[in-house]
Amino acid sequence: MTFWSDPDGFLANWLIHLLAGIGIPAGIAQAIGYALGAAVLSTGALLFVLFLIWLERKMIGRVQDRLGPNRLGPWGIFQSIADMLKIFTKEYITPDGADKVPYNLSPILTVGAVIMVWAVVPLAITVYGVDLNVGLLYIIAVGSLGEMGILMAGWGSNNKYALLGAFRAAAQLISYEVPMVLSLLIPVMLSGSLNMNKIVQHQDIWYVLFAPLAAFIFFITSIAEVGRAPFDLTEAESELVAGFNIEYSGLKFGMFYVADFLHSFTISLLVSVVFLGGWRGPGAEASPLLGFVYLILKTSLVNFIIIIERASLPRFRIDQMMDFTWKVLTPVMLILLVATALLEKTMAMAGLVPWMRSGILFILNIVLLFVADTVVRGHLARRPRPDVRGKERPVARPENYFSQPGSGV
Amino acid sequence: MTSLQIIFLVVAALTLVSACLVVMTRRIMHAALWLVLSLMGVAMVYATLQSGFFAVVQVLVYIGAISTLIIFAVMMTRNVMEDVGPQSNRGWGLALVGSAVLFGGICGVLLTWNGMQTALIEIPAVNGENIQMLGLSLVDPMGFLIPFEVASVLLLAAMVAAIFLTGDIKRSRS
Repeated sequence: MTFWSDPDGFLANWLIHLLAGIGIPAGIAQAIGYALGAAVLSTGALLFVLFLIWLERKMIGRVQDRLGPNRLGPWGIFQSIADMLKIFTKEYITPDGADKVPYNLSPILTVGAVIMVWAVVPLAITVYGVDLNVGLLYIIAVGSLGEMGILMAGWGSNNKYALLGAFRAAAQLISYEVPMVLSLLIPVMLSGSLNMNKIVQHQDIWYVLFAPLAAFIFFITSIAEVGRAPFDLTEAESELVAGFNIEYSGLKFGMFYVADFLHSFTISLLVSVVFLGGWRGPGAEASPLLGFVYLILKTSLVNFIIIIERASLPRFRIDQMMDFTWKVLTPVMLILLVATALLEKTMAMAGLVPWMRSGILFILNIVLLFVADTVVRGHLARRPRPDVRGKERPVARPENYFSQPGSGV
Repeated sequence: MTSLQIIFLVVAALTLVSACLVVMTRRIMHAALWLVLSLMGVAMVYATLQSGFFAVVQVLVYIGAISTLIIFAVMMTRNVMEDVGPQSNRGWGLALVGSAVLFGGICGVLLTWNGMQTALIEIPAVNGENIQMLGLSLVDPMGFLIPFEVASVLLLAAMVAAIFLTGDIKRSRS
């Protein structure tokens, strides 16, 4: 076993030998190794957020025809570090009458819920936190802890806007969980396992080719779970008072901010693990580091799409958002689930080779996408468009005396 | 004492203390949050028993769904921030006697149970439990197919009823 063929096991062995040298038994050394691994993984993820924030600001700046951060370091790359140091020094303001324990616990819970996802994600063939056989279910369960964090933030702040924002966020998260779980069932069905490692190892053909529609719906719903544009109306900073985290300041707000960016990277990671083959690629079985590079490349591609989407799509209205999940995504996903189950089982019995099965399922997905699109478009065209204007305001009308040029007022 | 036993004792203490605080705390919202912690403790006990599936389902169902529902319901009630009333009503003596008898009865039954005397065996260190067996037994006619289907129909009926109650039926008729 060398570092290049099994970095995780190599480092663990090295640590156990090192600790045995100073007289620590193997069992405790193993526990120390686990704790160290968890600490390194979560600290690394949190520090990586600094880069993500810089990247997103820079790229959105490019889309909006400006430079983005460009003062500190080459291309402004140290801007996030300066921002981080600044936020350390800021004052914590606890609102009057706040419920202290939930108020202070909720940022920690929110960040923790995101980092806990990383425990089961296989980063390479031998590099993963836990080989949990209910990995996908664990990811969804951990997401519900984040919901609890949001509710605690909204309630603990003693602020009606925070509470309303928390209600809104919780409603959004619960609603979008339904199509998300349904779309995750398709990889589970295809691989016959909830284990993340097995799902990756089964992807001789990437699951995005078996189920492009499921991959697309998972992508959309996980963006909604994160609460990013175009689903960011829980904290629409241009029109609301910032939602459930309005009363947070200093590093406590920073925790929410970090959780937000880390979550968006984490869902990119999940999309690439579950649908884009994870660490798989030419030569990845032999060398885990190469697999890790493949995984990071795929994840960066998905994350790039998420950032570009944030820069380019307008925000949903709340009723549109709820309609979209309950009336479009959930029925489509249910139909796709049943159709995929029937077709896949029939084709497996008929003994078709995998690439043929994936081709037929691919066509099924595309057809279903077009049918759903036609139905929704037809429905929207028939429905009368609601008039959401307020009453007419006289000030800016051309026949108004006061707004005419040269009226002397 | 192994490290697993220490973890179990800590988790069990956490679960019991937070379960007591559910009924002892003054603010009803705190009671709901303590309930979350208590349910979390149960999930951790499942995890120490190497039953990852039940641990995850416990978190998913009880914390993700039921506690969220309870918290929503609590937030809708009056004066959630400062509820100052007596914590017990006149029937507390009767309830004390009843729960003491129940607790004593359960302890008595457990003490006479054979399983109390048998020596504990190490859980085989397999990598998680067999979920496929659980899934197959849920759809096996000899297994739990009928209870499973009855539960599904019950849930479906509850869902239809919920939609009927909350839906704006009158407006769509006219």
